[in-house]
Amino acid sequence: MSEGGTPGTRQTSGGPEKERIPFWQRVCDNHFLLLFIGVTMPTVLYILWGVMELVGIPVAPQ
Amino acid sequence: MAATTQFRTCPTTGLKIDLAAQSLIKANAVAAVVFLAIGGLFGLSIALTRWPEIHLLPVDWFYMALTAHGLDVLLCWIIFFEVAVLYFASAVLLNCRLAAPRTAWVAFVLMVVGAALTNVTVLQGESSVMFTSYTPLRAAPNFYLGLIIFAVGALVACGNFFGTLVIAKEERTYEGSVPLVTFGALTAAIIAVFTLASGAVILIPTWLWSLGYINHIDPVMYKLVWWAMGHSSQQINVSAHVAVWYAVAAILLGAKPLSEKASRLAFLLYIFFLQLASAHHLLVEPGISSEWKIFNTSYAMYLAVLGSMIHALTVPGTIEAAQRKLGFNKGMFEWLRKAPWGNPAFSGVFLSLVMFGFLGGISGVVLGTEQINLIMHNTLYVPGHFHATVVTGTTLTFMAVTYLILPLILQRDVMFPRMAQWQPYVFGLGAAGISLFMMGAGTLGVPRRHWDVTFADSPFGFEFPSAAFMMLALNGLSAILAATGGLMYVVNVVASVFFGKKTADKPMKVAVPVSTSGQPAAVGAYGSAGSLNIPGTITLVTIFFVSFVLYYYVNWKYLAEVWPLR
Repeated sequence: MSEGGTPGTRQTSGGPEKERIPFWQRVCDNHFLLLFIGVTMPTVLYILWGVMELVGIPVAPQ
Repeated sequence: MAATTQFRTCPTTGLKIDLAAQSLIKANAVAAVVFLAIGGLFGLSIALTRWPEIHLLPVDWFYMALTAHGLDVLLCWIIFFEVAVLYFASAVLLNCRLAAPRTAWVAFVLMVVGAALTNVTVLQGESSVMFTSYTPLRAAPNFYLGLIIFAVGALVACGNFFGTLVIAKEERTYEGSVPLVTFGALTAAIIAVFTLASGAVILIPTWLWSLGYINHIDPVMYKLVWWAMGHSSQQINVSAHVAVWYAVAAILLGAKPLSEKASRLAFLLYIFFLQLASAHHLLVEPGISSEWKIFNTSYAMYLAVLGSMIHALTVPGTIEAAQRKLGFNKGMFEWLRKAPWGNPAFSGVFLSLVMFGFLGGISGVVLGTEQINLIMHNTLYVPGHFHATVVTGTTLTFMAVTYLILPLILQRDVMFPRMAQWQPYVFGLGAAGISLFMMGAGTLGVPRRHWDVTFADSPFGFEFPSAAFMMLALNGLSAILAATGGLMYVVNVVASVFFGKKTADKPMKVAVPVSTSGQPAAVGAYGSAGSLNIPGTITLVTIFFVSFVLYYYVNWKYLAEVWPLR
């Protein structure tokens, strides 16, 4: 997240130059991105994939 | 809203505390303790029924108690307490006001109403469907309705947590990244959103089915979606109690994380992968492919286990680094010998750390492996495992941190300090016994959820080895010990909250007082310890890892004997 105006950078305490914030720190600081990933991954990989498997089971003849 | 918010400054940590958040933490923590007391009593009655010599409850009471026990301790106690942790980790640690205190009170009321409605419905005797409530078992409609109301309340509370993070960022109450404890709580809140949404997805149609508006709920479909709630709710616990481990070390010892990067990576692995471990409940289910089972358990779950392994190194490492900084440098273990073992917050957390890893963590990986899961599936081993994670892990941790919440947040002295000193040991020993002996009985084949394992009135009898009955008796004795520890906790907390001496502005005794260090409290700050001199922790982690590998392969050997290839 931006702290110094430009995304991914922040103002250093010593002067005007800007320190680049590492990618993973920016990911960790973006709480709503984490919320999106944390809900989407299990929804797709556990629930949707699992539901597709169950829906694919052929119905037994009456 | 911001202009009317009232704060006080904590004399121990120097943190600014929103008084509205403080009241909500108190309300949620007290509600949690009430449900722990009720659920614990049901738990004791179940353990005494499983002990064949006592066999306390008649069959219908047994299943009613089993249902109520699961609900009260796995959902109510834990989630009420976790909401308190969320408010603490957001409003308190970020020196910020709570986003919407009135909405937070609405959430609290919804949770209380939902929990009470489900409890009353269960006690009416028509809803003994156990915690899992697998269809086609049908409970009374209010059973599901109560759970839905509770889940909505908890979701609103999570919304308040996220709202508070936004306000803290906008009002610049912290610089850079949030403290590690808040990041751990964020992990718990993210998992909670998925958990509660999954609960709503499955419980709303099941409620309509119980009312007669829907004809059929597919049992396997129910099981699949229900476990997205049922197991993930226990992953909220793991994230929350690991965050509390870091918090207690920081408050008591001034401990900074060994490595912010490593600990955050571990929480990140939880966010990405931990919830997929729900799949291990469906490992023997026909109709679901091995690809789905193996991907979700043996690949994704192991990445979450990697996160736990990182915490297993960094939490004791954080404590060791802090103790060495305080001068406990002699030999490999002076830091551990001279740790504050008489402080129930520390002893509870450390016992929980060790037992969660050795008992809960290792058995969890064994249960999550498709092949060796076959030996223990649906046996008492399963409740043995989750008593190790939820009771020796989460419950003991939450009990421990209560001894800090009382003076720091509720501003009350612990009323019976001597009892508090003993309590984590009594409860921890009892809970460890429950876990071990249930896992022992399960390894010998004793089924879970069974009222009478002697099969006295069954036309098809089966005789378990006598060691299994000894395990059940030891489980009963351990439950008595754990219930004693639980009672010590409840009595002390209730007495302290209502009759304890007010602490006024007296700071609590900690290793690094904020007033003299001139630094912000470690619990609310960002930054690593800056030391990797942790030989004691490396030794302990090596012992853990060797035990892990040995036990894992012993189970493969056991599988080979159960199911010989000729």
